[in-house]
Amino acid sequence: MSDAREQVLANIRAALNRAGPLPDSIARSLQGRLSRPRANLKPAIGGDTIAHFIEKLGSVSGKITRVASIDKVAEVVARHLESFDLGDALVVAPDPALEGIPWSNRLGVERRAAAGGDRLSVTGAYAAVAETGSLVLLSSPDSPTTLNFLPDDHVIVLRESQIVPHIEDVWVRMRSDKQAMPRTVNFITGPSKTADVEQTIQEGAHGPRRLHVILVAK
Amino acid sequence: MKPTSSQFKKSARVALVDPDLQRAMGFIRSGFVENRRAAVEKLPEFDELRRSARGIKEHTLQNLDFYLQAFEKRVKADGGQVYWASTPEEARDIVLGICRRAGAKRVTKAKSMVGEEIAINEALESAGFEAIETDLGEYIIQLAEEPPSHIIAPAVHKTKSQITELFHKHHARYGYTERQTEVPGLVDEARQVLREKFLSADVGITGANFLVAETGSTVIVTNEGNGDLTNTLPPVHIVTAGIEKVVPTREDVSTLLRVLARSATGQEMSVYTTFSTGPRRQNDLDGPTEFHVVLLDNGRSQMLGNEFHEMLRCIRCGACMNHCPVYQGIGGHAYGWVYVGPMGSVLTPLMVGLDQAGDLPNACTLNGRCEEVCPMGIGLPGMLRQLRRRQYQNRQTSTVSRVALAAWSFLVRRPRLYRRVMGGAVASLAWLARRRGRFRHMLFAGGWTSVRDLPAPQGSSFQNQWRKRRQGSQS
Repeated sequence: MSDAREQVLANIRAALNRAGPLPDSIARSLQGRLSRPRANLKPAIGGDTIAHFIEKLGSVSGKITRVASIDKVAEVVARHLESFDLGDALVVAPDPALEGIPWSNRLGVERRAAAGGDRLSVTGAYAAVAETGSLVLLSSPDSPTTLNFLPDDHVIVLRESQIVPHIEDVWVRMRSDKQAMPRTVNFITGPSKTADVEQTIQEGAHGPRRLHVILVAK
Repeated sequence: MKPTSSQFKKSARVALVDPDLQRAMGFIRSGFVENRRAAVEKLPEFDELRRSARGIKEHTLQNLDFYLQAFEKRVKADGGQVYWASTPEEARDIVLGICRRAGAKRVTKAKSMVGEEIAINEALESAGFEAIETDLGEYIIQLAEEPPSHIIAPAVHKTKSQITELFHKHHARYGYTERQTEVPGLVDEARQVLREKFLSADVGITGANFLVAETGSTVIVTNEGNGDLTNTLPPVHIVTAGIEKVVPTREDVSTLLRVLARSATGQEMSVYTTFSTGPRRQNDLDGPTEFHVVLLDNGRSQMLGNEFHEMLRCIRCGACMNHCPVYQGIGGHAYGWVYVGPMGSVLTPLMVGLDQAGDLPNACTLNGRCEEVCPMGIGLPGMLRQLRRRQYQNRQTSTVSRVALAAWSFLVRRPRLYRRVMGGAVASLAWLARRRGRFRHMLFAGGWTSVRDLPAPQGSSFQNQWRKRRQGSQS
């Protein structure tokens, strides 16, 4: 194993006309490029970040419902369950931000990672990107990744203040939050889909069939 | 897979008259090409982003050893393992070793071109593991026991009714006995069959679109979500990636993502872009407990710094093949190995040998479309010409073409002789075709006249006409 490593590195250096590793001065400057990353060109997006996000999410078949406050989330989820005939059970991420939601007693609410047969999950998000209409979820004990992929329907509770203009702003926010890279960072841009049968777009390939974002004003 | 690129001409002839294939290839033109054009038009900064993306890759390649080591260090710091493989055999052994140590039986796979390159499925199967492709297209061709015919749409050559029959044949044992004839039914049936496989898999293998030196992350880009079920559900996650996939930072990945999806499918962003960094953390409720990255060289370090260097910028979007008239005509299988179209015509000779794939660099009209649409500005036609030159130097070209080329070069270096010979040839051809104005058959031009007539020259060469015109304007 280490033989191959030395061989590959030696081949690379020979191809780049170098006898050994980079000189220290250059290595230090490259190290600086890694520890203080700079953004490259970011495409211009319109002035209204929230409106842009809503438009982009809509263009990739994501559904969006705007509510004034988090206590309205329960009603929206109940209506979603009803309109797609998903029964009355749901799995909610064990996220403290989702604790205040007044779920109806009618609903069976469990707080855990997802299992194979789950119909609907409710999770929070770390951020959302207006440029692409993407939701950004970081794996953690509060936000198990399986909730983003196994259930038929995925409902994401997002606060308006979490929407950033560009992908790069997510990295900037993570660094300023002292948020290390978790096991998984998911950029989710619409429901799961495939075009592998005759280039016909079909939603619900392996992941959620529907993606519903509940955008909370504050 | 064993390369069959040496059969290129034969395979291409078969492909050209395969009605199902020809129908399926129509979807490339109406789908990928049109969608890419629309996506690029909507982004005024596209060309500037392309230049920036190209700069990132070039910078990384110039310091490739540094960034690979930085990546390795970060993966280890988060509890992952990094392995290096010079050859496909070494990479296979590493993957098989990990699966054996994990006591695995069932291995799920998300689409990986490096996985195809090292033929990992065959290796897993013959070592007694059950290997299941989970990308719908890859799953379809795995059932059909065929190689991919496109790097991002591996089953693009299959028609709906062929898929109906495949599923009917293979899914009966899971209790699905009814024929699904429409797209939603087909996709849903595959979803259910594969869901069981995901939930019971012991190892998940994915590829990587990018490796991030800053964080030790591997990045995959998918639309179906199969990649995420593969890297989240089984207890072991293995990533197979080429050494050229590394880039410095998350910011750099962000730039590359903007050109990747648009060039590939015309999407602004694929549905799922996922950064995987190490195994599950303490207190996490899901995710694998082991994270392994296998870095494959397989001839890549030999391309660095020479005339094929640019090929290492390739981000595997497939735009070159989507826009290639030769690929559009014959599909991917004729190319005979895992990489197809223009990028495949460069990579296959370099990876499996020019003697095995001599027809590929010649199956090109040099129309330049591939280079034009390549998000990384890779000079594919130039490299194909370079490979032709190598063939000539290695005496791998036919005697007929060598003699013809020698005669031609003798002639064109002697302008007076050239004009006389050509003038005579042009005049006699014009005389021979004086009635029809074209030829149905001609000696040495059977390749042309077997499918169309050859128009006859009009009697005087361009040079002659030009000279006359100049004399006329001077007098």
